[in-house]
Amino acid sequence: MSEEQNKKVTLKIYRTNYNKNDSSSYDRFEVSVNRWTTVLDALLHVKKYSDSSIGIRYSCRMASCGSCGMKINGRPRLACYTKISELNDDVIVCEPLSNFPRIRDLVTDFSQFFNHHRKMEPFVHNDKVSLDVGEKDELVEFEQTPEELDDYLQFSYCIKCGLCYSACPTVATDSSFPGPQALSQAYRYVADNRDNDKSSRFNIIDERHGIWRCHFAGSCSAVCPKGVDPALGIQLLKGHMLGLSKNEKKATKLRTKNKE
Amino acid sequence: MALLKLRESQIMKIHYLTAIAALFAVAVHILFRLIMPFGQSLAYPNVIANYHNIFYVLLLESILILISIHGFNGLRVILLELRQTPWWESTITILVLISMIGVIAYGTRTIVIAGGL
Repeated sequence: MSEEQNKKVTLKIYRTNYNKNDSSSYDRFEVSVNRWTTVLDALLHVKKYSDSSIGIRYSCRMASCGSCGMKINGRPRLACYTKISELNDDVIVCEPLSNFPRIRDLVTDFSQFFNHHRKMEPFVHNDKVSLDVGEKDELVEFEQTPEELDDYLQFSYCIKCGLCYSACPTVATDSSFPGPQALSQAYRYVADNRDNDKSSRFNIIDERHGIWRCHFAGSCSAVCPKGVDPALGIQLLKGHMLGLSKNEKKATKLRTKNKE
Repeated sequence: MALLKLRESQIMKIHYLTAIAALFAVAVHILFRLIMPFGQSLAYPNVIANYHNIFYVLLLESILILISIHGFNGLRVILLELRQTPWWESTITILVLISMIGVIAYGTRTIVIAGGL
């Protein structure tokens, strides 16, 4: 085994139990890591062999479920998608996500985040199609061209991990602000040509603490592990609301050109 | 109050349009300085003379109104984020509107007095 494969790092884990009003502290654990060891692997190793009481949420271990979001060395990341070797540090600090109410250790409460998401009515509104389907024959097929699909495809890759919400400086000061995830999902359905009720979605976001409070810091797009660009979605949505939807056509053209 | 019932998108549309218009008006205002040597253009008799030119007066008044609307709405946007209650939102909007009207009224008074109108 090479020296790189036997590298030892210190995991500094944020510990507290808010339900018991514990004061917060950091516990340090020394872990032996390989080139491919992820932060989640290291945390699970510590949980298995050093301290089983560490509170951590995870599931798929492959950046699909969005459960293991946490602040790693000060930046919101997915623990399963972050290799320790890429952090270039001997001390790995794991903290709960900012802008979320904390429950215990690295586990945060996503209720408010999902409420914002739910408020955007994240499903296709289409008056022509009944939601009550009795018979198989009543099912309707929605047809789309690849270009129409391109208008919103990247926004449908969102896994609701909450990293963008945690990185957003507006959410930090304004808890009523829906956040980048919910707003980019609103855009995802506005840009979908199968949806024919844009105005009702506009009414939801066009309020005092709605879309206009986005300062375009762009940190949401910088931390997204799935390559979604919520900041772009928000700006395009603003363009739609101001009646400048040509912007969207330009962006689609640019995306198509880039692909070519 | 109709202004309080404006949708946020309508307010922001006004916000952006006033910014663009103010940029244009301020550019014209600065270009006026180039008519004569810069130092001379700021001499007291020349400044007062500007206030007697009706087109220049209208330009100054429009700059005052555009910048006041844009600036005070910007202040409202910043203050809105501090609390999330309807009372706070309405209070801030009313206070900002009153301040804006006050600044425009005081500025207009200065323009009127200097112009000897």
